[in-house]
Amino acid sequence: MKDKTLDSPLDRPMDRMDQWALILPSSTAPLADRMTRDLRGIYTLWLRDVIRLWRDRIRLIGSFVQPLLFLFILGSGLSPRLGAMGGGGGGRTLGYQDFMFPGIVGMSVLFTASFAGVAIVWDREAGFLKEVLVAPLSRTAVVIGKILGGATNSVIQGSLILSLMPFFHLHPPLMDIAGAFLVMVLIGLTQTSVGILLGVRMTSSQGFMVLMNFIILPLFFMSGALYPLDRLPHWLSIASRLDPMTYGIDLLRNALTGIHYYSVSADVLALSSFLMAMSFLSIYLFNKAD
Amino acid sequence: MVDADNLVKIYQTRSGHRRAVDGISFHVGEGEFFSFLGPNGAGKTTTIGMMVALLAPTSGRISIDGLDVTRNPHEVRQRIGIIFQEPSLDDRLTAWENLEFHGRLYGLAGPERKKRSSFLLEVMGLYERKNDLVKTFSGGLKRRLEIVRGLVHAPRLLILDEPTLGLDPHSRRNVWEYIHNVRKKVGMTVFLTTHYLEEADGSDRVAIINHGKIVALDSPALLKKSLGPEVLNILVGEKEALRKFLVDEYPSLSESIREEPDGSISFPMPFTSRDSPWEMLKKIPIQITQASIRRPNLDDVFIKYTGGDLGDPGTNMKPEAIQ
Repeated sequence: MKDKTLDSPLDRPMDRMDQWALILPSSTAPLADRMTRDLRGIYTLWLRDVIRLWRDRIRLIGSFVQPLLFLFILGSGLSPRLGAMGGGGGGRTLGYQDFMFPGIVGMSVLFTASFAGVAIVWDREAGFLKEVLVAPLSRTAVVIGKILGGATNSVIQGSLILSLMPFFHLHPPLMDIAGAFLVMVLIGLTQTSVGILLGVRMTSSQGFMVLMNFIILPLFFMSGALYPLDRLPHWLSIASRLDPMTYGIDLLRNALTGIHYYSVSADVLALSSFLMAMSFLSIYLFNKAD
Repeated sequence: MVDADNLVKIYQTRSGHRRAVDGISFHVGEGEFFSFLGPNGAGKTTTIGMMVALLAPTSGRISIDGLDVTRNPHEVRQRIGIIFQEPSLDDRLTAWENLEFHGRLYGLAGPERKKRSSFLLEVMGLYERKNDLVKTFSGGLKRRLEIVRGLVHAPRLLILDEPTLGLDPHSRRNVWEYIHNVRKKVGMTVFLTTHYLEEADGSDRVAIINHGKIVALDSPALLKKSLGPEVLNILVGEKEALRKFLVDEYPSLSESIREEPDGSISFPMPFTSRDSPWEMLKKIPIQITQASIRRPNLDDVFIKYTGGDLGDPGTNMKPEAIQ
């Protein structure tokens, strides 16, 4: 958003000229129709998140570390002891590290997206949320803008991990990589909605973090990111079916390795229904909040 | 520009409910500089919340520029620029990016945003710092940037909610110079809330608000005039004896005697007595250390109408952020 041309010394005298007419009360910008305002608002909120993300790119690299620890340390430690992983559909088996790779891609999207919801709490704490709330756009647009911003962040994180796939003997065709990308978008949107849902009413970012930590690990562990889903104890099998992440991870693994435990349509249906429910609920709650 | 008609806001609390705004009505004319003066918790910020459609009135109506706020929230918001009591900038963005964000939300096209932002930054003395992150700004600079932001979409009504809260005296003066300068040039309507009496003194009309009600509404000059011509200030050892004597001798004073921060007793000259200040002082049977006479200020007006004190405004001040 920086405007380099204004730095040119030639432009400066113009700025100093008497331009009060620009802000006379009679030059109030006319109000656009609802659709235009909301789309503009969504874009503006998203753009702000992207600028902030770019400014904090060091942190982007920092959060790259945790998935690497899982892949290289946990993966290397467990692989020699664990036999070929597979089962389910796809008729293929893989070494443990290669098997867990799609799960770790999903994990990095999941973790980043979950904590995106804290941004709305930070904005409330910093007072910036008020600036957004008194602007002429609907609260629905605010929530959608925040969901898109958070999802963008998490998909970038996931893509960084995904780019390591050649090291894990995964060379899927381009179409499947595009598929995996779309799945990351879906997981990102879903989990950001969950984060926003929690953030909508919260006034303390610490409270948000504590609550999110309670939610995020069960979601991750039950999702089958780290193990095959076909021979689970009965209770865990049920728990994993209730976990929306299960379907996201299954889709990712299907796209990248061919191994899957549910059909693509079942996965997409489950994940997108969950996304719809969470996003509508957060929009509803945000509209009702004072 | 602003018309409030019997506006009420009731908050539900654990112990029942609280009438934060309790049936206020007022009218602010086009181009007027109107102030709400009252202590913290009087209902000033709640009123603003209803003006910008952040809070729904429990009952009553408020309209801005002829538009009912509840029915046309976005039409109204487009016409309002607001400086909040608490900082509301994104301090991880630059000053320029904050303005771009705002301009986009209010539907200004690119070139228009740039022209207005550059001009206003120049006017507020911030142009050189436009590409700096807001977190490097001092409290006073942030406030000025918020004023720029509040003006970018050329609002018809500028709302200033305690605009100098938390600023040191130098920054406060500085911020006011900028506000007055803009008002002189642009002539938009200004709605100010404050508990600094001297800030309300500069406005066309002042509404004194206490416990959610408007207790007085007039120009600062007329409000002061309503107090009588002069205020007598007496320094004595035996304060209670002096109070008792004054109330016995001049019953109309019972509500308006107060103690100044320096420990002296002050009160407006009573209308009911023909005594001159000098005659009054001679009647007092108590040893007087010092006595002085001054014209009433808004402080006295406030005491008269609310029976309370605004407190020492200095206690609300925080040192300006160190860069």
